[in-house]
Amino acid sequence: MTETMLLVPMRTAKQGVALNQGKLKDAYKRETSTVEIKQEDMDRLGLKTGDRIRLRAGTEEVVVSCKPRKVSKKVQDTATGIIFMPYGPTTSALMTDGDTAGTGMPDSKHLIVEIEGPLAQEESDG
Amino acid sequence: MDSSVAAEPNIRVVKNATCTFCGCVCDDMELTVDLDQKRIIKAKNACVLGKAWFAEHSVDESRPVAMIEGKEVSLEEAINEAAKILVNARFPIIYGMSNSTSEAQRETVKMADLLSANIDSTSSVCHGPTGMGLQGVGEPTTTLGEVKNRADMVVYWGCNPSDCHPRLSTHYTVNPKGMYIPNGRKDRTVINVDVRSTTTTNIADVFVQVKPGSDFELLWALRILVRGGKLNSTFEEQTGVPIDVIENLASRLMSCNYGILFFGMGLTMTRGRHYNASALHMLATDLNEHTHFVVKPARGHGNVTGADTVMSWQTGYPFGINFNRGYPRHEPGEFTTTDILTRGEADAACIIASDPIANFAKPAIEHLKKIPMISFDPKPTPTSQAARVAFTTACYGINTPGTVYRMDDIPIPLRPAFESPFPSDLDILKPLVKRIRELKRAQ
Amino acid sequence: MSSALRIVNGKIHDPANNIDGQVRDICIQDGKIVESVPADTPKIDAHGMVVMPGGVDIHSHIAGPKTNLARKFQPEDHRYDPHPGTEFTRSGAGGIVPSTFATGYRFATLGYTTVMEAAVPPLSARHVLEELEDTAILDKGYYVLMGNNSFLHRMLEKGRMEEFREAVAWWLNASKAYTIKLVCPGGDEQWKGDKNATINQIDEKIHSFDITPRQVIKALIDTANDLGLPHPAHIHCNNLGHSGNYTTTLDTMRAAEGRKAHITHIQFNSYGGEPGKNPTSKAKEISDFINENPNISADVGQVMFGKSVSMTADAPLAWMLRHVKERKWINCDTECESGCGIIPFEYQQHVYTHTLQWAIGLELFLMAKDPWRMVLSTDHPNGGSFMNYPRLIRLLMDRDFRKQEAAAVNQKALLSTSLLDLDREYSLNDIAIVTRAAPARLLGLKHKGHLGVGADADITIYDEQENIEEMFKTARYVLKDGQMFIKNHEFCADPVGRIFQVAPDYDKKIEDEIRPFFDQYYSVQFDNYPVFDTHVETEIVPTYPVQ
Repeated sequence: MTETMLLVPMRTAKQGVALNQGKLKDAYKRETSTVEIKQEDMDRLGLKTGDRIRLRAGTEEVVVSCKPRKVSKKVQDTATGIIFMPYGPTTSALMTDGDTAGTGMPDSKHLIVEIEGPLAQEESDG
Repeated sequence: MDSSVAAEPNIRVVKNATCTFCGCVCDDMELTVDLDQKRIIKAKNACVLGKAWFAEHSVDESRPVAMIEGKEVSLEEAINEAAKILVNARFPIIYGMSNSTSEAQRETVKMADLLSANIDSTSSVCHGPTGMGLQGVGEPTTTLGEVKNRADMVVYWGCNPSDCHPRLSTHYTVNPKGMYIPNGRKDRTVINVDVRSTTTTNIADVFVQVKPGSDFELLWALRILVRGGKLNSTFEEQTGVPIDVIENLASRLMSCNYGILFFGMGLTMTRGRHYNASALHMLATDLNEHTHFVVKPARGHGNVTGADTVMSWQTGYPFGINFNRGYPRHEPGEFTTTDILTRGEADAACIIASDPIANFAKPAIEHLKKIPMISFDPKPTPTSQAARVAFTTACYGINTPGTVYRMDDIPIPLRPAFESPFPSDLDILKPLVKRIRELKRAQ
Repeated sequence: MSSALRIVNGKIHDPANNIDGQVRDICIQDGKIVESVPADTPKIDAHGMVVMPGGVDIHSHIAGPKTNLARKFQPEDHRYDPHPGTEFTRSGAGGIVPSTFATGYRFATLGYTTVMEAAVPPLSARHVLEELEDTAILDKGYYVLMGNNSFLHRMLEKGRMEEFREAVAWWLNASKAYTIKLVCPGGDEQWKGDKNATINQIDEKIHSFDITPRQVIKALIDTANDLGLPHPAHIHCNNLGHSGNYTTTLDTMRAAEGRKAHITHIQFNSYGGEPGKNPTSKAKEISDFINENPNISADVGQVMFGKSVSMTADAPLAWMLRHVKERKWINCDTECESGCGIIPFEYQQHVYTHTLQWAIGLELFLMAKDPWRMVLSTDHPNGGSFMNYPRLIRLLMDRDFRKQEAAAVNQKALLSTSLLDLDREYSLNDIAIVTRAAPARLLGLKHKGHLGVGADADITIYDEQENIEEMFKTARYVLKDGQMFIKNHEFCADPVGRIFQVAPDYDKKIEDEIRPFFDQYYSVQFDNYPVFDTHVETEIVPTYPVQ
């Protein structure tokens, strides 16, 4: 299935820990190429934890794995159609626009992406 | 003042050491150091990020101190090559500095002045827009200790300190007891405003979920209420927040004794950017008609605040600075690094203690990869891998002394845990500046 | 570094040594002024020139967290006044709050070689020291804020005066400061703790403490005297900027009870009238008191028309001024120590209050019987930039110019003062007193502000000119520690200045009292708070404690 969603790059404690271990290490690469999707969006798209999906922004595309986004049990978190992934080379690849509207800051937390998945094993390896 | 105690022959305990991983710059670390192994085996009081920071910065003596095109060279050869690249460039840029001491930052700005170069810190892709907000409308602010002592209202807006600044709440702002907050957490109200719930939501009394990209409207709605106005229903449509929730939030903010708004990239990296920061600063300013209210950007890297501070005192401007006319000029959008690179303008780059190849926008990265680049980093990174000249540096705070500025601009000293065989940023910058001066005189 | 030199043929103005315009040789060796140098020593021919000691500024805001915020938030002001570098000097930004290097070069261009930063909370000591290191040329030091210190308030509340004094001495050492500064003592507690309230009178109770500002003032004046600091407590009085505040100023000076105290930018505290209404001049009442009380010294804090920035540890004052135009405003609270407010400002000739402030400043200068105790300042940048000093000097020296300027100001305000009746003109020696000799003496810098044997060879040589303002705008030669760094109006070197601090003795036991307070109420570790000796190189100026 394909859908358009909003990708918001962010930080996690896990990513912070992994970057201390080294940005060229697997833990960091794994953390920065796993996208968090709300459970109801996962269900609608037929995604399971660890499934590979494709994210497309303009002419750029990346293949990442996905997992359900943890939401606070204390509150009603109503946000759907938004996905989250820690900053890193993968989110950079999807930031196709270097325009900063005269501020120096690109729209780093507001990437419109097309999400496609789950991908078959051979497709995600390629 | 000597805080080191020899516990065992090769073990040293360093008290009151400082963690420079994030902008909290906690200075109550107790480090147990294995001097033979050159590594920290325990970091008491550190959070999960701090523990990783200390544990993972042992010394890998197998790494070369410097490389040119990936080949090991002497420090002197690398400095000479770096100086040549920078002196021969028509539009050299210097970028980074957020994980460097203020002493090294001062030398870096000196180098930029000497080279008539462009200089910018990671602020421009962090709280740069907040700096622009400050320039536009000012900022009521505070040191963290005053939050501890007085704040009965703590708002986290577009930031997630429980993941990114784990001790902000537990050590400084929410949990501790303070002079006029005798019961700590119980005496405070914590409000979280964000597009999603996070681990920070779990410690909040109130969660307000705002539609992505509509923070400005929500801030403006609050301003209207604080200034005595009324809201129409368009605000609910735009922000996704019911009017009664906004009204309740405004009245809570107005009725506290001492309130603080912490905010993060959720405001600076989204639609509105510096307008969001300005709106937030103005909201706090308006609130001062009713009570005492302050704001504080939750700054990221250990000494990114120092980079702003040092550049401001040496040049008058906090980031995005160009010396090519022989004096500093400041223009976000023009002299900020993402823009220069995206336009394909720079012809050499010196990256100090940061990793733009791993987090810039794609067009910026593409240009950076095309030009000769010099990198300073304790660890291999995508940036050091793409650099023509790569220096391996000692880690600030763990190996090198100096000063860093906490997110609230308070200077904190560093107490190094053990010596590194690698030079500090400053150890490289000093001879580099000297070599640049020689080459320029010879031109 | 500095070889011998002889300055010949210049008219010497060295009031500390009673030399008033006589032509004499000045001999310099190894950075100091000496009796004589060998005959073949290189000479500067100062024919047609005036030779004075390097200028000494007793009160300017040039470095530290508040100054830097004021810099950072006014890019629009730097934009029109760039400061290009030279082969010898760093570049920077000018404007009302110049960058650090530019501040040093610009002061030096006016002939100043020593400048004191006027107000920094001790928690930011490292910050101000780093900026002072980056402030070119000048010798400098800074005053540390103590008038709103929660720990000291507690000691005072309990009447533990001995511990109070030991703690002040500890704080001076920890922060490497030059003297004690009070700003609106007690006022910040109201501001931070009582929803932006303020305190005006010195006998009001300080919020959440059972003490009054008078007790804080008295205790800090006494402590500075007892510790024998080279410069006494430096006081920004309560109620600053408000109509009718001259009584608060008189009360504050009386609180000194005959002991030494310095009242800073006293012009801002010399107003009559009803609170909330237009002020009137009480320059005469203030001058009379100071003329009769030799224990009191002051700097004027002259207002000059044009751009200024109000940057002050008096946070409620900045908040009040913000309501004038509702322009951008900075507030910064410092835990347990201080408040701070910053707003851009402009003094305009047509505005009643601004004219009145301008006239009161000049009245204070012209009514002072003892120029050694009423010295020159603009409270840079609060009353206007230090770059206005040459114009201010002309206003003092040139009665006709003063009258001409007075014609363009608000006449209602002007005529409510006695300025037009004051015919006095300052002589060059008077100027040398209020810009050099007196501030150096008040600071206790014995080797500054004069040209006697043994003094630091900080020397300024001006071309003698009809137009006094032009004369004082750019010195022809300036020497620092005997090294010439401005030659024929151009920089030819970039010497590094010193940082002065005091280090009064104290009983280490006081640390056992302060440490638990830090653990509870500060956000930094007690052991990390004092500035390490390795952090910055300073020169300790001796103290002479009262036995």
